[in-house]
Amino acid sequence: MKRRWILFAPLAIMALLFGAFLYRLSVPDDRLIESQWIDKPMPLFDLPPATAGVAGLKSSDLADGRPRLVNVFASWCIPCRAEAPQLEALKAAGVPIDGIAIRDRPDDVAAFLRENGNPFDRIGSDVQSSVQIALGSSGVPETFLIDGKGIIREQIQGVILADDVPGIIARLEAMK
Amino acid sequence: MIAELGLALLWIAAALACLSLIAGIVVLRGGPKDVAGLVRPASVAQGVLTAAAFALLIALFVRSDMSVELVARNSHSLKPMLFKVAGAWGNHEGSMLLWLTILGLSGGLVALFEKRLRADTLIATLAAQAALSLGFFAFLLFSSNPFKRLPIAPPDGQGLNPLLQDPGLAFHPPTLYIGYVGLSVAFSFAVGALVTREIGPAFARAMRPWVLGSWIFLTLGITAGSYWAYYELGWGGWWFWDPVENVSLVPWLAGAALLHSVAVTATRNALRAWTVMLAVIGFSMSMVGTFIVRSGLLTSVHSFAVDPERGTFLLVLMLVYIGGALTLFAFRASAVAEGKQFALLSREGSLVINNLLLTTILALVLLGTLYPIVAEAMGEKISVGPPYYNKVAGPLALILCLVMVAGPLLRWRRDDGRTLWARLPLALLAGATVLFGLILFGGPIGILPLLGMTVAAVVAVASLAPLWKRKLRRVPLPTWGMVIAHFGVAVALAGMAAESAFIKERLVAAAPGETVKVADFTVKFARVEPVAGPNYTAVRATLVATTPSGSSFILHPAARTFPGLMGGAPTETNEAALLTRPGGQLYAVLGQPVPSADGSADRYQLRLWWKPLVWWIWLGGALIAMGGTLALLGRAQLLAIWRARRARKAQMRFAP
Repeated sequence: MKRRWILFAPLAIMALLFGAFLYRLSVPDDRLIESQWIDKPMPLFDLPPATAGVAGLKSSDLADGRPRLVNVFASWCIPCRAEAPQLEALKAAGVPIDGIAIRDRPDDVAAFLRENGNPFDRIGSDVQSSVQIALGSSGVPETFLIDGKGIIREQIQGVILADDVPGIIARLEAMK
Repeated sequence: MIAELGLALLWIAAALACLSLIAGIVVLRGGPKDVAGLVRPASVAQGVLTAAAFALLIALFVRSDMSVELVARNSHSLKPMLFKVAGAWGNHEGSMLLWLTILGLSGGLVALFEKRLRADTLIATLAAQAALSLGFFAFLLFSSNPFKRLPIAPPDGQGLNPLLQDPGLAFHPPTLYIGYVGLSVAFSFAVGALVTREIGPAFARAMRPWVLGSWIFLTLGITAGSYWAYYELGWGGWWFWDPVENVSLVPWLAGAALLHSVAVTATRNALRAWTVMLAVIGFSMSMVGTFIVRSGLLTSVHSFAVDPERGTFLLVLMLVYIGGALTLFAFRASAVAEGKQFALLSREGSLVINNLLLTTILALVLLGTLYPIVAEAMGEKISVGPPYYNKVAGPLALILCLVMVAGPLLRWRRDDGRTLWARLPLALLAGATVLFGLILFGGPIGILPLLGMTVAAVVAVASLAPLWKRKLRRVPLPTWGMVIAHFGVAVALAGMAAESAFIKERLVAAAPGETVKVADFTVKFARVEPVAGPNYTAVRATLVATTPSGSSFILHPAARTFPGLMGGAPTETNEAALLTRPGGQLYAVLGQPVPSADGSADRYQLRLWWKPLVWWIWLGGALIAMGGTLALLGRAQLLAIWRARRARKAQMRFAP
């Protein structure tokens, strides 16, 4: 009797699946994922000021028609200090920048701004990292390029390097 | 002593599983026939002993015996009693013991009550069930012993994840597990039938109540889990396409497909190989689901035990079981003769389409859940979000619902469609009314929610059609079950579609005394106050929601803080407040306090949603489960037996 090869299909599918499982068990996940929020509006949030003298940040602030950066940072984050000169350079080039301070204290934020300069128009204090989680951001620093309508266009994980600055300015220009 | 006794019972139960398996093999290979007599009692005893071990584990949690590692890690003497009990299965080892208990008890029930199967098929089935148990016994005893003692007992335990401290969650995992593991019986029936080559209506009829029973529990478990996530996580969503939700949905889909194909096999002796394959797939998907949750392969809010070593153990187990069953299927199913033929326009035809759609949805959900793993194996990083699932599963589910309209109105074998055409216009009229009503007055609505509400109206009317012009008292229970379950699908679909089409959301920072408007409600933020619970502190807000008609209702959303025990960090949870109205639910979440810069009163983040018809989703789920239960009662013929008994009694009374 002719054997029906189609009957082996479930077995073959299972073998493929288990191959992938085995691979995944042997190679641990490093959790770097591409944001699902690209081309989506910012999640709704309303953060209080992170320190005296700088306004807080809410999602509706981000839809004022001007493309901008939202920088997720923290005073306790060393790479964020390394990133400060690049943010200053972007600021000098006329790019509006808002900040979200993660798990931070007002005094520490003030000290951070004193030492590294303040490129931010507004800084929201995200004590619980809830906005950070909602944004799918996995660490600090991270920077989001937001178009004038409050839509996230790009996510930069890690520090912005000096070489990145012209490209960022160009992409924000293109969104206007 | 309790812990040692529990462990001893587990070893004896494992030995009994071993005995059933060996005796089964001996009999099926033509050994001495009297060995067959061992299999049934051994299966029953194995179930009883495992259940006793599980009861002892619960006793340890109730007594807060901190010398047992599992209790010390997962319980606390100050915890309310309900959560102490639930703590027994709210962790990896305990839930695996629960899994084994259900596996053993189902085997025992089959051994006690199954009378319709041929003797050798029953032996093969019980041996297969024992083989399943044996692997999980090995897993439990060698790599996750729940009864392990600590060398030095700590003064108190480390509590339980506060997110899991909810009455709903106490019953959610057992319900889901009964569903998952109940499918193991169908798996064993399929293996047994493949071994003895007895695949036909008798096998299908024997398997049917088991499939139905576990599917009811899966339905209840998924519905309850969705409601739990909805009010406990405080995110306002009722389905997140989270990997752990998906792996519970996949066995449900397999169960739904199996339920319909087994009907064809039982009634018409067709689709035999397909039914057997689905029976194998159903429990395989349960195991894959457990594996994914237990191994931390895909992380999510639900995974409380992440351990690659255990993952490898489970992977090997599944490889043996699923691989073995599918290999057996591949070699034996070709020997299964073609079933009875049927026309496309017939009950069978519609059920085949139903099965194709259900398995396609199953494959797509599984693909989306596992794709990140597969993609990573090929060097790419991807996460699959709700847009994918809504886009691929949504339209297919709608088509499935339309098939559901036709199926019950068609006759077996061949149909001229006359009944269908005669009863369809009313349903189509209902659909058209809803469609045009929404287009004219509904404002801008997405295409999927719009079609969802339309199809829901068609299904709701059409699902009642099988009752049309029939004496309701004479309609058999399984038919009632089908009608109610299909109607439940319409109700749930309407809820989902209406919620996503008309949801209103407000996020504000408000100080006590201020009012917020959401949808038709005026919500006054009356005050906030600290509250102390049994093992947490909370900030509780009082909101007064007023409807346009002037009646007002009080809501108390709260943010709870559980102290970090043994130096851990404190954990916060949001207790959403829900106001259920006939038209939907008002959902309020109290967020973080916002310190004011100028010294005025503190403001709080308030998130308010108006979710139209949202509770229909869970009402629909409950109706589906209720329909399933009626069908099960009908199939198990309890009622028939009861009626027969009553008739006999009545006869005796009138006997001269």
